[in-house]
Amino acid sequence: MFDIERWQEIFDTIRKNKLRTFLTGLSVASGIFILVILLGFGQGMQNGIDKEFSSDASNMIGVWTQVTTKEYKGLNPGRVIQLRDENYDFLEERHAGELEYKSPMYRVFNTSILYKNESGSYSIWGSSPDFQQLENAFMSQGRFLNFNDERQKAKVVVISNKIHRELLGSMENPIGEYLEISGLSFQIIGVYGDVGGDREEEKIYMPVSTAQGVFNGADRLNNMFFTLKPAATFEESLAESERFTEEMTTYLKQAHMVAPDDLSAINTFNTLENVQRFHNLSSGIRIFFWFVGICTIIAGIVGVSNVMLIIVKERTKEIGIRKALGAKPISVIGLILHEAIFVTAVFGFGGLIFSMGLLELLGPMVEVDYVVNPSIDFNVALITVFLLIFAGALAGFFPAYRAARIQPIIALRDE
Amino acid sequence: MIEIKNLHKSYKMGSNSLHVLKGIDFSVAEGELVAIMGSSGSGKSTLLNILGMLDTADSGDYVLDGVPIENLNETKAAQYRNKFLGFIFQSFNLINYKSAMENVALPLYYQKVNRKERQEKALNYLERVGLKQWATHLPSELSGGQKQRVAIARAMAAEPKVLLADEPTGALDSKTSYEVMDLIQKINDDGNTILVVTHEEDIAEMCKRIVHLKDGVIVEDKKVEQVRASAYV
Repeated sequence: MFDIERWQEIFDTIRKNKLRTFLTGLSVASGIFILVILLGFGQGMQNGIDKEFSSDASNMIGVWTQVTTKEYKGLNPGRVIQLRDENYDFLEERHAGELEYKSPMYRVFNTSILYKNESGSYSIWGSSPDFQQLENAFMSQGRFLNFNDERQKAKVVVISNKIHRELLGSMENPIGEYLEISGLSFQIIGVYGDVGGDREEEKIYMPVSTAQGVFNGADRLNNMFFTLKPAATFEESLAESERFTEEMTTYLKQAHMVAPDDLSAINTFNTLENVQRFHNLSSGIRIFFWFVGICTIIAGIVGVSNVMLIIVKERTKEIGIRKALGAKPISVIGLILHEAIFVTAVFGFGGLIFSMGLLELLGPMVEVDYVVNPSIDFNVALITVFLLIFAGALAGFFPAYRAARIQPIIALRDE
Repeated sequence: MIEIKNLHKSYKMGSNSLHVLKGIDFSVAEGELVAIMGSSGSGKSTLLNILGMLDTADSGDYVLDGVPIENLNETKAAQYRNKFLGFIFQSFNLINYKSAMENVALPLYYQKVNRKERQEKALNYLERVGLKQWATHLPSELSGGQKQRVAIARAMAAEPKVLLADEPTGALDSKTSYEVMDLIQKINDDGNTILVVTHEEDIAEMCKRIVHLKDGVIVEDKKVEQVRASAYV
């Protein structure tokens, strides 16, 4: 392979044909460049979607109820279905091993909240201590609810940064202050923030037991939320959560005498399914990017083989001379292939280095929704370049083979 | 040196077949300087191409330096050409992006001679054709006569058994032609076997033997008194 004379031959031809070499190389380099950029953005979208869904616990399963629409066991349709503590307790106990976070929810909307002379209207969310994780809320001051609060039905609340601003704006530290809700005093134990922004900061948390007691909720619940312990892969997690949802629905339908085929009485949502949809979308986009990238590469390869054909045509006479002087067909093929491989390799790696450099440099600066830090797996890029070199060799081989087969007398006659 | 028996060659021209060589019997001994003459279409270039293994015969025997030339594939033909034959063409056929020296050294590359030795030999042969000081020039910087002399040096460099010249003076004026013939005669004086295809009488007279071809057969084969080209230079 390392044959000084042949390398010199190749550098000679390249020097004599700068433009031609440059154009061939450009088609190769731009093919690689476009592929890398496309794949980089595909990865960027994946990253962006992952980030977008990291704000809420992304495998949350929730349930809420409406009225029945089907007659069942003599019961008329139109019955209101009400979730109760016992439902939650049953599920919590039955699935204790697989649940990660869980919370019942008793909600009261538009409750008037007083602090000294200030008042405002907010929602009260009675929930369990786990709800902080479910909502992905972070604590700005103080602490979230704990199990002691729940057991003692403590009159404590966690307010949001927004409420802190609106009601207790003058207070640097509102912890320990008392709010008046429904004529009762509640102590502020913490201030939370939500990455979702102001829209997610319209609610006041208190223990579910307290909320049920204060607002005559008895054992009624509006919702139940669960997350499952993550499985090894996304697909497994999805299957797990679908199975859990199924089991939960079946149980609730039995417990509340709902027809198994009544689709509206018991409603569930599963954020993982949304994530799945986005994953599908982004992998669809990635497949499209791959497709476009590969087409670009093919265009590059066609360009290379085209140029190789022209090179061989142009050098027919020279090949004839070489053969008359004793060049064997294999040496003619070697000469032409060597040049093709050399040019594709140099420009292929050039394009690779340039595009990866660009991604490395500009990638972290990209700030568009759903595109975060576009980057590419180096191995994938490397494989692509080798594929291109291989294709360049193949593209060069057939013209070279043809040239080597030409009878020297015909080649010599070529002008 | 060369032994040919009953050589036939025809070309397909669409539906017609053109019978170019119709049974040539011909032999050349070592050290001969033979002119092959004939009008265009007489088959003289075809004969030379077959002798040079640039083309293949349809039938007939060809023995070169005791080696029967048959069942040639491209690789074998390339080996034989490299070992036995040197070519001089009417249109010189130098590689235009290589210097005179690189052109002369090229057959040695295919003989796997190492680089340094190649250059020495090439310079040596360029000196013999009087072009040593032009060694680094490209063919485009040389005159027609100089190009042909580079081509002759290249043909000599491989130290072949036989030199085949196809109209070596065809593209040159008469003064340069005589210079080139003078060179060919000197090479022949050193004992090299040379075949020259030409249609010019005066060039043929400078050889030692003239073979006349007409319509694919040899009509005349005579030894002649050689005219020395140096008399005209």
